[in-house]
Amino acid sequence: MKTIPLPKTNMDQSTTTPTSSTSAPTVPVALRPPSAIEMNSLSAWYAKNQVLHAIDLDIAAKQVCAFIGPSGCGKSTLLRWLNRMNDTIPGARATGKISLHGVSLLDAALDVVDLRRRVGMVFQKPNPFPKSIFDNVAFGPRLHRIYSRTDLEELVEQSLRASALWEEVKDRLSSSALGLSGGQQQRLCIARAIAVGPELLLMDEPCSALDPRSTASIEELIRELRTTYTIVIVTHNMQQASRVSDTTAFFYEGKLVETGATDLLFTTPRERRTEDYVTGRFG
Amino acid sequence: MTSIAARNAAEISQRGRLRSASAQMLFEGSIKFTLVGLTLLSVLTTVAIIAVLIEETVGFFTMADHPEISVWNFFTGTEWSPLLGAQPLFGVLPLISGTLLVTAIAGIFAMPVGLLTAVFLSEYASPRTRTILKSVLEVLAGVPTVVYGFFALTFITPYLLQPLSESFGTYNAMGAGIAVGIMILPIVCSLSEDALRAVPHSLRDGAYALGATKFDVTAKVVIPAGLSGVVAAFLLALTRAIGETMIVALAAGGLAQLTANPSQQVQTMTAYMVQIFLGDAPAAGVEYRSSYAVAFTLFLITFLMTWTGAIILKRYREEYD
Repeated sequence: MKTIPLPKTNMDQSTTTPTSSTSAPTVPVALRPPSAIEMNSLSAWYAKNQVLHAIDLDIAAKQVCAFIGPSGCGKSTLLRWLNRMNDTIPGARATGKISLHGVSLLDAALDVVDLRRRVGMVFQKPNPFPKSIFDNVAFGPRLHRIYSRTDLEELVEQSLRASALWEEVKDRLSSSALGLSGGQQQRLCIARAIAVGPELLLMDEPCSALDPRSTASIEELIRELRTTYTIVIVTHNMQQASRVSDTTAFFYEGKLVETGATDLLFTTPRERRTEDYVTGRFG
Repeated sequence: MTSIAARNAAEISQRGRLRSASAQMLFEGSIKFTLVGLTLLSVLTTVAIIAVLIEETVGFFTMADHPEISVWNFFTGTEWSPLLGAQPLFGVLPLISGTLLVTAIAGIFAMPVGLLTAVFLSEYASPRTRTILKSVLEVLAGVPTVVYGFFALTFITPYLLQPLSESFGTYNAMGAGIAVGIMILPIVCSLSEDALRAVPHSLRDGAYALGATKFDVTAKVVIPAGLSGVVAAFLLALTRAIGETMIVALAAGGLAQLTANPSQQVQTMTAYMVQIFLGDAPAAGVEYRSSYAVAFTLFLITFLMTWTGAIILKRYREEYD
């Protein structure tokens, strides 16, 4: 079992303020690796079906990176290798290298529990547990016992504030999370992920099941969260990618076609297929 | 009838389209009539059974030559000896305690084992293992209960219980209770498994993504989320255990006594009815009628349980939906 020596950021200060960008990281920013995530010739399979072909991609720390591409292009699969969620799918395997702050994620000896504690994930459909709002947010901290008893309430409040939900739910923390609207549920799921103090947030089409108004609030939240977290978002919505992300990676048929700064990729794509996709000629 | 049918058929063939529409209405009407009739049949049967139970029970409590029998004495009496002695005694508590003792033993055995088996089948077993185990459970569910009775009498008691303690008689509540537990195990297991598997996969994914282990996911997400279904499974199985007859008639003994000692023999309500109806109690006699009063009591207990189950289910559902 290996644990990941991540730079000490809000993770270990979760009892203070997870959102505060003023709390100085204990490791100076200059000493950090330039990229949070590095992938080298990453290929992935579901049984005999190859879904990713030799992906080379770096993702910068504390930025939002969007994965775009038509359905079945492998972008969600790639996302699910970043926290090894594919381990739960029989027949899923990958070769190559993914490293998160220099630690190899495909290492068989990696402690996935520790990894997932440091890599939060938000899913396509909001999936709050059938428990109270408080218990949803407290689920992760209780699981990992990363709180002292008096801090739990504070930690829950901070997480809910960070996900811009606190004002709406502060008077009904003990009522069922299933009574919230879809957009609120999704923000609750973000609060739940934040509460364990992750370094990286993975979002798999987080707005695809939401109405436009909730989508707007989630997008605003993503822009706020990027000051604290590295965020990778998979989206089908190109406007969304251009609105929320700093860099964009375009995937097609399991290959990384093009990656770069979002504004450049959308205005002056280098590849013909990227241009066709972002201008809506296919997809 | 046949002539009308024949005439109708002839008219239908003459009138063509319009006719076929009315023939269709006739057909639809008769379908509805049949379905309503069949539904009424089951409702009426239930009503009739309850009516007979009540009538005979009232008859038992108002027998002219037994003024000592009263509702109060029946439900508070601690001695049940309808056949022996100069003065038959009808205090139903020993029969109720016998029933509850056997049911409790069955539940203590079957609920944890059944739930854990369900957890294994739903969360841990490979699809192949699950298929094999589920068919084994189906076989278990298909065994006639008289076989479980023999099993209790010829295996559980002599080879499992009596080596542990000499206080176990040939007939005892423990052996019968364990056999009833084995009998209701498939019910607990298969209904609980359905409830656990109905928990959406997205919840499991959500917990795994927070760094939960498989055990965390099962114990902290899947079981709480499927709890209402599990509780329903428990109640259904316990109701089935209370009504079980053949196993207790064979293995629990025939002595109605107020005891909580599982090594003693007890008589359950169902076993008493078997005893009366297999014997040659005269149809108007007090023993014969007493079995109706016992049956009515049993009915009240199972009815209350089903009702409680419905309330518990409703409360959980409100909590989670």
